[in-house]
Amino acid sequence: MASEMVTIYVMGKAYEVPRDLTIMKAMEYAGYRFIRGCGCRGAFCGACGTVYRTKDDYRLKVGLACQEMVQDEMYLAEIPFFPGNKATYNVDKLKPNSETVLKLYPEVFRCLSCNACTKACPQDIEVMEYVQAALRGDIEKAADLSFDCILCGLCASRCPAEIVQYNVALLCRRLYSAKIAPRAKHLDKRVKAVKRGKFDKELAKLMKMKKSQLAKLYSEREIQKAD
Amino acid sequence: MYTGKILESMKRLEATRGERLHQEIPLLSPDDRQSLLEGFHPDYKEAIFRTLKVGPSKGERTPKEFADVFEAYSAIDPAKFDLSSVDLDVDVLVVGGGGAGAAAALVAQEHGANVLLVTKLRLGDSNTVMAQGGIQGADKENDSPAIHYLDVMGGGRYFNDPKLVEALVSDAPDVLAWLERLGVMFDKEPDGTMTTIHGGGTSRMRMHAARDYTGGEMMKTLRDEVLNHDVPIMEFAAAYELLTDGKKVTGAVLYNMETEEYLIVRAKTVILATGGGGRLHVSGFPTTNHYGATADGLVLGYRVGAPLTFMDTIQYHPTGAAFPEQILGQLVTEKVRSIGGQITNVDGNRFIYELETRDVEAAAVIRECLGKKKGVETPSGQPAVWLDTPIIEVLHGAGTIKKRLPAMFRQYERFGIDMSEVPILIYPTQHYQNGGLKIDAHCETKVKNLYASGEAAGGVHGRNRLMGNSLLDVIVFGRRAGAAAAERAAGIKRAGKLSLDHLSKFHKELKSARVGKGRISPMLLPEYRRPEAAKKKINALA
Repeated sequence: MASEMVTIYVMGKAYEVPRDLTIMKAMEYAGYRFIRGCGCRGAFCGACGTVYRTKDDYRLKVGLACQEMVQDEMYLAEIPFFPGNKATYNVDKLKPNSETVLKLYPEVFRCLSCNACTKACPQDIEVMEYVQAALRGDIEKAADLSFDCILCGLCASRCPAEIVQYNVALLCRRLYSAKIAPRAKHLDKRVKAVKRGKFDKELAKLMKMKKSQLAKLYSEREIQKAD
Repeated sequence: MYTGKILESMKRLEATRGERLHQEIPLLSPDDRQSLLEGFHPDYKEAIFRTLKVGPSKGERTPKEFADVFEAYSAIDPAKFDLSSVDLDVDVLVVGGGGAGAAAALVAQEHGANVLLVTKLRLGDSNTVMAQGGIQGADKENDSPAIHYLDVMGGGRYFNDPKLVEALVSDAPDVLAWLERLGVMFDKEPDGTMTTIHGGGTSRMRMHAARDYTGGEMMKTLRDEVLNHDVPIMEFAAAYELLTDGKKVTGAVLYNMETEEYLIVRAKTVILATGGGGRLHVSGFPTTNHYGATADGLVLGYRVGAPLTFMDTIQYHPTGAAFPEQILGQLVTEKVRSIGGQITNVDGNRFIYELETRDVEAAAVIRECLGKKKGVETPSGQPAVWLDTPIIEVLHGAGTIKKRLPAMFRQYERFGIDMSEVPILIYPTQHYQNGGLKIDAHCETKVKNLYASGEAAGGVHGRNRLMGNSLLDVIVFGRRAGAAAAERAAGIKRAGKLSLDHLSKFHKELKSARVGKGRISPMLLPEYRRPEAAKKKINALA
């Protein structure tokens, strides 16, 4: 299946590649073998953040190499690593409020509300909104809005205030989940029951069973109806 | 978007949606299930296998692509390799930066061990980060570890190692509680009750999720925790060979992926948490796995004499993306079916209950396409069946997909397909290595001081893993390996001598089995360059 070719410039160097490829596959087609800049290949890991520009356009655009299709006359470079600041902390000892966020990441104060981060996000996350929420101490909102973040770092690469949004978001999600969201009481109860050995006997019985006995139990087992 | 015959087929699917809405398809009987598997599951195609001629699992069969990396030479010549200067001396060396490796490193350090975690890519680059659907755990009133046990055994066709299954189901609640405490953002009801749903082969609703980024959310949290605890890590450093004192494992040779320099690590214990081998592409199947899934840990363990188990069974995920071609083989989470998505053929008719176990579901899709010729042909020639997603919105209300399956929705939206309005095309894809290094319930392999956990180990899932038991597996056995390896290390004053004698022996075995010298492993990274580009090279800087 012959497909139409386009010219892309990988870090300034021209290669002819089929038009129907993602940036990542196009670079491999051209002969690159990735060590950095390639991870899950499915937009979950954030390894392949890429900055590019197209012909006759002054604007810099960003995307994930594993998802973004090549275009003719595309100038591109991957940013497989971004040296963003990460605070270290013990979540157990933190309070879920804005003081915590600002103590660990004081640069959040510097947010100019320019929205460059939101425009850069390949996951279409309202990045500036969650930074503002974190600043206000609305940890739940920051956690919710930032949930789909894959830590690619493209937001931080475009931020004039030098905020490392994705690490702020991670802190907020951990604070929310560990400190604000109500605990699953049934879970603690079950952990204690397991520790007491409540299920040991039943398990031991199953472990001794022959395949035929297990198979009988398995095919007769009751299946919970979904609501 | 869809055109021509695909569009016509989609119209037929839309026409049957009303009558399918409350149509009930029973589970297959054990006999029907078996004959479907034997007829259409790739595990039953003799031609894809080869019997191993060398090593501790000699005489056992495994897909040819795996045999090729097991029966291969090291790039290191053991006779000439200099081991005299030790670069790093640690208690516990953890190889692999996914869920199992991160959990192992955290727990080993908590047990007082001096830990080093090495990974050939970045910390977090793993199949864990890509797992979407959920994590199992019997924590509800109507459920118990025993019921979970029965589901696991039945799903694995009763071949599972009972001791490993016991560990899996018994540790599950504590693992969930640990993750909750660390701040993993699980889906919950307003009162804190975990939201749980079914997965294929579950008899209770025990699938916990963090939207459809469950593994990603877990991995981000664990990675953050590893960094917060200052666990020493080395990225872009592959373990290239293990070292032994002749019997026990005593360290490893690391390979800097970027500078090509090697380092010698002395370690009292080593944990292989290197994941699976989807990137070996068994029988040319596409895969859901991440870039580094090349079964390196299995190769290393095999060479020092650790036997493998269940290496003749691979899990094909029934719903890999079949269209558009740019995302061919990528995962369409089982959660799509858990919340009501239906599978139909070219005529819009269902042909299998959607929550059969994955092996059965995949075989049914293959039969529908290749056996019954009732599949939909995509422009690239890839066969496919429909996964009716808009029906989810009919069942649960408009906006459900975007809310509960944000990753999936985004994946398709990027290519102009709104899966809440139109169905998507799917076909099985290589997803999971059911087998791996044989371990005991403390994750030790048959070679002393060598541990394995997560997808690199085998036995817990028997011949078929259930959805949500892999995210559980990596944490349960990652933690167990970390604890056991740290405790063992505490009783060792100093690791013994460092040698590659096992490799010399293995190379000799290969030679007498007439394995050609050109075959080198571990693979480290797959080769995806255009063949002409990859072939036309000179080692000018060598």
